[in-house]
Amino acid sequence: MNLSGLIHLFVFPGLLFAVPAGWFFAWGEHKAAARMQRRIGPPLLQPFYDFVKLLGKRTPSRHGIEADLLRLYPALSVLSLLGALALLPVFPAGLSFSGDGILLVALLELPSICFILAGFTSGSIYGEIGAIREAVLSVANNLVFLLAIVTIAVTQGTFRLADLAGPNTNPGHWIGVLGILLCIPAKLRLNPFSTSSAEQEIYSGPLTEYAGAALGMWKLAHGLEWVALTGLVATLVLPAGGPWALHALLFVAVSFVQVLLLSAVAAGTARFTLDRSIRFYWRWAAILAILAISSAIYMGFRS
Amino acid sequence: MNILEKLMYRSRCKSPSLFHLNTGSCNGCDIELVTCLSPRYDVEQLGIHLEGSPRHADILCVTGPVTRATLEAVKTVYAQVCEPKAVVAIGSCPASCNVFAGSPVIEGPLSKHIPVDVYVPGCPPHPDAIINGIARAAQILAERGVREEAKGAPQK
Repeated sequence: MNLSGLIHLFVFPGLLFAVPAGWFFAWGEHKAAARMQRRIGPPLLQPFYDFVKLLGKRTPSRHGIEADLLRLYPALSVLSLLGALALLPVFPAGLSFSGDGILLVALLELPSICFILAGFTSGSIYGEIGAIREAVLSVANNLVFLLAIVTIAVTQGTFRLADLAGPNTNPGHWIGVLGILLCIPAKLRLNPFSTSSAEQEIYSGPLTEYAGAALGMWKLAHGLEWVALTGLVATLVLPAGGPWALHALLFVAVSFVQVLLLSAVAAGTARFTLDRSIRFYWRWAAILAILAISSAIYMGFRS
Repeated sequence: MNILEKLMYRSRCKSPSLFHLNTGSCNGCDIELVTCLSPRYDVEQLGIHLEGSPRHADILCVTGPVTRATLEAVKTVYAQVCEPKAVVAIGSCPASCNVFAGSPVIEGPLSKHIPVDVYVPGCPPHPDAIINGIARAAQILAERGVREEAKGAPQK
């Protein structure tokens, strides 16, 4: 691995940037919701305090394979998201290779799979119900998410992320970005697609049995998920070029605008039941996605 | 205290997660506790938040006079909250059984079964009093954490 790859993984947009950014985005989400409800909301360092506090909890000791698996899942989620962040073409000239778009999609999906497995492994009935809901929702939104990614790839004729980054004149590109934006609330388990962690019905869903440091890792993974998904959209819409500091600043700004937008949607909506969530993705969003991909393929044949 | 212990102390004070446990309350205190989350009192600015699972919580907020049917649940949920933890008894019921004292189906007061750190009396108590009690409990919890870590806490 070369130096540029290491910088992507550990400095920007990887570990050193993404962890504080994840906390900042988590704060932004809560603060925006609070302001919409005419509350003051949490202080800036709240997610950081939550994380440190969880590291200091003494958790009940578990034994056997379940204990190892329950520790493995959050760690795997954090690692896969750091990998996904390293692949993001914030500076398109940097690290990119043929087909890294497919790797990115796989790495973004891994935390969701870990979340489902954690629910089943925990043995809690609430965890299992939450895991089933997350699994169904994941099947529902991934249809649209994958079609959106493929649409963007078809407009450029490649899966290489450096070539997909930045805006272009093809309408397929923008419909693809819209499709990804529609999927982000379900991927982040925000209202109205928050059935898998519906507190009033199933406590904390798959994370019900988690405590202490492992729970802190899950919260960290959730923050990184915010950074990775909003960052993906930001790289797709931001033009390349200019001084790198300005570009990085714009990247953060566009991501944060999405955080505020998603938070407003989450605060303004109630929770859909599972069948309504599926209907939204497989009926309305899928129509958009199928139209987008067929038009993209058609344009590809014509040109 | 070294700097890491100071950071941990501050984090525990600043981020109390609550688990709300109703042990046969009339819902008066429950409504007052939920009021604390509303725009008027907004406890989120103090970092206080309600959690869905006792495993995620630091402070157990108990309302109600502990009826016979809920006694086992009280003990189980108390055991599920991870150390360091604190208990806040909200209202007069967990403190003294209130008007239900002497009833054959009441197993209260709460302190007979689990250690209580802060009592918030009242029927129901004012939300300001509840917030004060929770803030006090968060401080007790942080001090307890420092004390236990200093003497090397037993691994549970």
